[in-house]
Amino acid sequence: MVIPDFVLNAPLAMQVTPADWPGGYWWHWLFFTIIIIAFVLIMVMGVIYIERRGMGRMQSRLGPNRTGPFGLLQPVADAIKVLLKENIVPATADKVVHWLAPIIAFSPVLMIFAVIPFQNGALLADLNIGILYIIAVSSVATVGVFMAGWGSSNKYSLLGAMRNVAAIVSYEIPLALTIVGVIIFSGSLSMNQIVVAQDIPYILVQPLGFLLFFIAASAEINRSPFDLMEADSELTAGFHTEYSGMKFAMFYLVEYAEAIAMSAIITTLFLSGWRGPFLPPWLWFLIKTLVVFFVMVWTRTTLPRVRIDQLMALAWKFLFPLALVNLFITAIEVIFWPDISQWIFVGVNIVIAALLVILWSKLFKIGWGRLEV
Amino acid sequence: MLADYGLIGLFFVVAILFSLVMVIIPIALRYLKIIPSNPNPIKESIFECGMETTGKTWVQFNFHYYFYALVFLALDVLVVFLYPWAVQLKQLGPFGLYVVLILVFIVFVGYIYAWKKKALEWK
Repeated sequence: MVIPDFVLNAPLAMQVTPADWPGGYWWHWLFFTIIIIAFVLIMVMGVIYIERRGMGRMQSRLGPNRTGPFGLLQPVADAIKVLLKENIVPATADKVVHWLAPIIAFSPVLMIFAVIPFQNGALLADLNIGILYIIAVSSVATVGVFMAGWGSSNKYSLLGAMRNVAAIVSYEIPLALTIVGVIIFSGSLSMNQIVVAQDIPYILVQPLGFLLFFIAASAEINRSPFDLMEADSELTAGFHTEYSGMKFAMFYLVEYAEAIAMSAIITTLFLSGWRGPFLPPWLWFLIKTLVVFFVMVWTRTTLPRVRIDQLMALAWKFLFPLALVNLFITAIEVIFWPDISQWIFVGVNIVIAALLVILWSKLFKIGWGRLEV
Repeated sequence: MLADYGLIGLFFVVAILFSLVMVIIPIALRYLKIIPSNPNPIKESIFECGMETTGKTWVQFNFHYYFYALVFLALDVLVVFLYPWAVQLKQLGPFGLYVVLILVFIVFVGYIYAWKKKALEWK
């Protein structure tokens, strides 16, 4: 497929610069607003297809294959079906909270994409506190989820929402701590600068950081094996039990948009974002994001769901101490050996990561069905 | 820099409007008789495993959640303090590292205490 030259150069032409004249500023804003919303919607459809087909293959079945060629139109058919469903609100529900919840859950997820670089300088706003902004904004979606659980006046919903808040509170800390390790190497909080600074992908320089971030990110966005807040066997559907029609679709959208956002953040922080040989940068970004998402699907089909006490123990007793150790090992390396090649750190850090994970897991023992240290 | 935040602010308005429109479309379609709307008491009752739900739903939180919230608060403030230090790490040098180690050690003692008091166990 031949991609026209102006398409390849379009994001570069719209680089983030101080607005010299109002027209440039507004065009930049309009261009990236449309790009981001289109990107999120199309990618959500794409990843739903990938997840259902991929999971089907992994579970020795076919997956959706009736709508369109290879079942490619299945997400479109689902979207139309769900749009035409009757909207049912329980009589005893807190109506205002019930209606507001999907809006409050969805808009912060869209906001995350504002600072993710699709290509060098091709992002809505190159904030110099980019990654801090992401941590701040992504936490707001939890409020929407809790509102959904509370407003439904259903006991399963409330339990699911409470579990969700507890889990997100626990996994926020290892998530934020592992990012500090990346910042130490890059020396900047701006998402674009982090990519520019990555001559070696940080997955190699920070192997332990990547592992901890991936686990914490999967828990933050409620992916299985950590999807206790919507564990079907215990809580029917968790916080969205009482939702139907378009409002249910919005929670579905939030779930997958968050998964894409987290894949994009992992790509940017650890897999050197849009950088890569031969192919155009935005294509590299897309490929890496989809690969990270595929690994999430893979973990989902491989691992069984954990129990709630195991979930909390993993965050507080495994991820947090290791994240702290990882942070200080990184800081010591950067301060005391600032000039040697980063490739030496790659070897040393992989050995350290393997040793720490193995030794720390030895401390855990499983007794009477409980995980203890 | 302020111009960048202007972009973010404008995008925030669009994000809210976009989500609002997605919620409003089904209401509009209901008035056009495309989406059915036949409510009845059974349909509008709360789902609960085939039985009617008893007792209050909006109960108070288990006190145990507050332990997590308290530990989270202390550690999260610590993490926020680490961000500016991490950006300037190379300029600050070893002295900055020792200071941060002392700060983390103080909070870490509290973390060990919470662990020993079994505040981190889920019951």
